Amino acid sequence: MLILERRPAPSRFLQLATPVLALIATMIAGGILFAFLGKNPVEAIRVIFFDPLFDSYSRSEILVKAAPLVLIATGLAMGFRAGIWNIGAEGQFIIGALTGGAVGLAFYGTDGVWLLPLMALAGALGGCAWAMIPAILKIRFNANEILVSLMLVYVATLLLSAMVSGPLRDPDGFNFPESRQFHDSATLPILMAGTRVHMGILVALGVVVAAYVILARHLLGFQIRLYGQAPRAARFAGVRDHILIATCLGISGALAGLAGLFEAAGPVGQLVPALPAGYGFTAIIVAFLGRLNPLGILLAGLVMALTYIGGETAQFSLQIPAAAISVFQGMLLFFLLAVDVLSTYRLRWQGRRAA
Amino acid sequence: MKFVKTLAAVAALALAGPALSDGHEPMKVGFIYVGPVGDFGWSYEHDQGRKAIEEAFGDKVETTYLESVPEGPDAERAIRQLAQSGHDLIFTTSFGYMNPTLKVAEQFPDVKFEHATGFKRADNVSVYSGRFYEGRTVLGHIAGHMTETNTIGYIASFPIPEVVRGINSAYLAAKAVNPDVSFKIVWVNTWFDPAKEADAANALIEQGADVIMQHTDSPAAMTIAEEKGIYAFGQASDMKQFGPNARLSSIIDNWGPYYVARTQAVMDGTWESTDTWDGIKPGLTEIGEFSDKIPAEVQASAQAIIDGIVDGSIHSFTGPIKKQDGSDWLAEGERADDGTLLGMNFYVEGIEGELPN
Repeated sequence: MLILERRPAPSRFLQLATPVLALIATMIAGGILFAFLGKNPVEAIRVIFFDPLFDSYSRSEILVKAAPLVLIATGLAMGFRAGIWNIGAEGQFIIGALTGGAVGLAFYGTDGVWLLPLMALAGALGGCAWAMIPAILKIRFNANEILVSLMLVYVATLLLSAMVSGPLRDPDGFNFPESRQFHDSATLPILMAGTRVHMGILVALGVVVAAYVILARHLLGFQIRLYGQAPRAARFAGVRDHILIATCLGISGALAGLAGLFEAAGPVGQLVPALPAGYGFTAIIVAFLGRLNPLGILLAGLVMALTYIGGETAQFSLQIPAAAISVFQGMLLFFLLAVDVLSTYRLRWQGRRAA
Repeated sequence: MKFVKTLAAVAALALAGPALSDGHEPMKVGFIYVGPVGDFGWSYEHDQGRKAIEEAFGDKVETTYLESVPEGPDAERAIRQLAQSGHDLIFTTSFGYMNPTLKVAEQFPDVKFEHATGFKRADNVSVYSGRFYEGRTVLGHIAGHMTETNTIGYIASFPIPEVVRGINSAYLAAKAVNPDVSFKIVWVNTWFDPAKEADAANALIEQGADVIMQHTDSPAAMTIAEEKGIYAFGQASDMKQFGPNARLSSIIDNWGPYYVARTQAVMDGTWESTDTWDGIKPGLTEIGEFSDKIPAEVQASAQAIIDGIVDGSIHSFTGPIKKQDGSDWLAEGERADDGTLLGMNFYVEGIEGELPN
């Protein structure tokens, strides 16, 4: 019988190689899937993973798609490292877009370089405040933050659709549920003409660097890592867990909120009910694919974005169904977890014992 | 010399641009769908329209589509991908693609765009939609006759004018033949989510609904109706295969003729930015075959409504009609104008519940 046996120490090599192995396994299994669909597997993999890299517009879109993923995943990783599971980044993303966007709409038509920073601040605070709900409930009542933060996603979605059908609705929009389009001062500057590469991408990069430094060098990073590995020991070492919970959820909420505002004030340019495109959930995969390390997350976010852009190209150039692309992306997480298991456990054949 | 000739040919080709198909290159037509082509509703019927183009023009066209494109930040890229890969005509088939379509259209002035159900146009962006509310007058009439519990369930997507219009027109028609009728409306906030639509159908049945109407894209409610032994209508597509006993009739969106005509116009170089809002008469909105479950006299009266809409003697919104709050809307004999219909954001008198606002 095949059994899983814990390794004395996790395989160092496998731990580092996991994302790469998972990626290769995904390509192979995905290739088989595409072959079953009657498509040329080599061509499909090429279109998804390589073609976008050789097209300048696709490259720019990879950045646009990766920025919110990286921003959110970086925040989530800090919490995940400490064993604090914020699953509701999608909700914080929405609230950030809503609060930041509302500021932009309140100053509709007002010019000024101060407006965008103010919107970004409002977005971050909104996301942070939304994340404080699970934080406070966890601190005060020991409520499970996974459930609370997840449930709040649905509340946030409905709140967004209520706001854009009500107070924030475009007065000239035939009652369709969407806000006005942000005016120029409330729209993120484009860094490369002709693309959608916006200022938020630079901010995301800055955040990655800052998070890396905090995790590696700052006391907070030490506390996070310690609390994640041994909460009791951390308490003895002076970590006040209430504050740590609030900090981790607060930071991840603020970054998700910021990502939401960037999406609204950047590529979309207005508040619409369909604004949340699942970034908050995909970022969870990105965080793990990046080994909860900010630099890894940067890479993982780019790879994830690549599969999206390539997936779309594959859809219309090879007519691969959208669902098959989603399965393909799901495989990535599946193989990641599978290889993860193998890095802490090993497979062993065990002879059947005589009864 | 040869080199110069080639150069000239290349330049001529480049100048001809993507909009001109000279008979050698097939014209490329692209589609963006909000749901999967296999939704058997809205996106499915648009895809039937795409196939109609292929059938009509054969080798002269090449069609492609992107399915399940979310109406958020990804839409612009998807549309742009089609524009950039040499498509001459692009149909974006959901309301949420409106602003992204306009943004891309601005960058690709040679490409023609057609946006379904929107209201913003540009020199190279047309809008088109169906007067589905006409169909709902027919279905509402049948529903009013068929309900025994006097409760009709309505699964609504988003509180946009198109959906509100459908609810109002169905209600007015049902009320006209059954004064005791009441509508239970559930808002699911999605166009396509079979699980949510099924939940909504179950909730409506629990509240006593024995006929279900829907303004969402999947046949989920139809399958629930079949299971529970009540009635429902096909939406966007006939959906008969999902509820052979439950299905009374259907509203079928027949995009094919419009799509073929617009493709032809691009080929001929006669394409212009237009605003099309066609109903039963031009055939964009079709009423599916009546089920045997509908008594003959009701079939006849429903057919009379269809005929009336076609010959212009019947309009779905003819006064006297009051708004839900009791204020006057249409006087005796007055017909609603298109402007009011396009921005409709109120229930008519008699509908219970509040319009999400």
